[in-house]
Amino acid sequence: MAKGKLSFTDIDVTVTVPAGTRVIEVSEKVGAGIIYGCREGDCGTCLMKVEGGMEYLSEPTALEDKVLKENMAGKDMRCACQAQVLGDGEVKVHPA
Amino acid sequence: MLAKLPEPVEIAGGVHWIGALDPDLRTFDLILKTANGTTYNAYAVRGPEGVVVVDTVKEEFSEEFFTRLEQVADYDEIRAVILNHLEPDHTGAVPELMRRAPHAHIFCSVRALKVLTALLKDELDNYGYTLTDTGDRCSLSGRPISFVNTPYLHWPDTQCTFLEDEKLLFSGDVFGCHFCDDRLYNDRVGDFRFSFEYYFKHIMRPFKRWVLQAVDKIEPLAPELIAPAHGPILRDNPLSYVRSYRTLSNSYLPNEVEGREKSLLVFYMSAYGATADMAKAVHDGASSVEGVRVSLYDLQGGETEPFVDLIESADGLVFGSPTVNGDAVKPVWDVLASLISIETRGKLGGAFGSYGWSGEAVPMIEDRLRGLKMRVPAKGLRIKFHPTDKELDDCRDYGRTLAESLVGKAKPKVVDFADL
Repeated sequence: MAKGKLSFTDIDVTVTVPAGTRVIEVSEKVGAGIIYGCREGDCGTCLMKVEGGMEYLSEPTALEDKVLKENMAGKDMRCACQAQVLGDGEVKVHPA
Repeated sequence: MLAKLPEPVEIAGGVHWIGALDPDLRTFDLILKTANGTTYNAYAVRGPEGVVVVDTVKEEFSEEFFTRLEQVADYDEIRAVILNHLEPDHTGAVPELMRRAPHAHIFCSVRALKVLTALLKDELDNYGYTLTDTGDRCSLSGRPISFVNTPYLHWPDTQCTFLEDEKLLFSGDVFGCHFCDDRLYNDRVGDFRFSFEYYFKHIMRPFKRWVLQAVDKIEPLAPELIAPAHGPILRDNPLSYVRSYRTLSNSYLPNEVEGREKSLLVFYMSAYGATADMAKAVHDGASSVEGVRVSLYDLQGGETEPFVDLIESADGLVFGSPTVNGDAVKPVWDVLASLISIETRGKLGGAFGSYGWSGEAVPMIEDRLRGLKMRVPAKGLRIKFHPTDKELDDCRDYGRTLAESLVGKAKPKVVDFADL
């Protein structure tokens, strides 16, 4: 199975994850500062800044797109509860 | 002086207070006490081309609101309904108002749309709405109006509306308080200073950094009248209340940690001395890291509220608790539950504790710290019964790791997902 690297720059932790892993599945386990509300792509609480490797994250779904717009998110922002690591590269994220 | 006002009250040229009085309320939103009830302030602004309604009231006070509104406007004159904040105590009459006012167009902040949709459901399709942001200006019913986005005071949606020709700020919950007095104006009502500060402390305090941003936007407007959504209308020295928000947003305790030094607080409770020994070792380990001021507190010797003030200005918090009946002990939960009134987002957190059988306290505290939007960079430390010398070394390592993380000296870690 393809693997990717997911780095949480606020705590200097990098996790090797299987492709398809959502950021939320990892960030809570390592204690990163990304925070969560509804956990289902509705509230936008888990907005995070993608500092690198945006191309190694899944494209936003229509649901996530709606939340990003509602929250006036910048182009480097994603919802941690929705974004999945695709593999073959490193994604760097930080709490928004 | 608490009898219900029979009439709308003109507070500025063509502007009427059309809200409702709730003198008997004693607990608001489950968490706020009020010895003086509250008011739900709504306003009608008349211009040459019609009427603008600013906010409404709690649903059970709708008839009081409509009675006053009908004394200053016909429903078909209403061109705009401005919603500064979508919480139910200000939007209870909105669905019925929109049904009655055939030409009304809604104005609210971008972030409010989600809540507006939940409020009006499918009926929203029948109405027009405009989403507003700071600096947006328009003529509504022939009156010059601009908007100031004030997110997180105290919801993401909150905004203020400025009636430029009267220099009147409709401030929503900002500068409000729960105080009911039918004399309405700040220079005529009873002494509401306590209520004003109490409201800030319980509603606005967790959002101090947003408060300061909002004050930066509001001060240049130099409002000559502030009409909040609760409590007295501020006509005497309104800017003093704006300045008061700036003052109240300072830390309750002066920050003694200078420059780049970080503050780490270690709290503990201990039944047999084991968790206390761990706490001292965590403290010692953390203290070995340069640039961190570490403090140790036995929760048995303090009251919750001063600890909350202390925590507000701290950078990191570590809690030590034994496990009793599968749980952390109550004084720890009392502090953790009280942190809702301050901003904890981004602070560093940790937990440790001695246990006899199952040791649930540590992971439960860690979950709560994450729930408080804190980062928990190192796995908490659990030790069965009294710590050995080796285990006390582990406690020192744990304290050192937390302190290093606090000053950005933590060694980068690479782990596999399967090992988490």
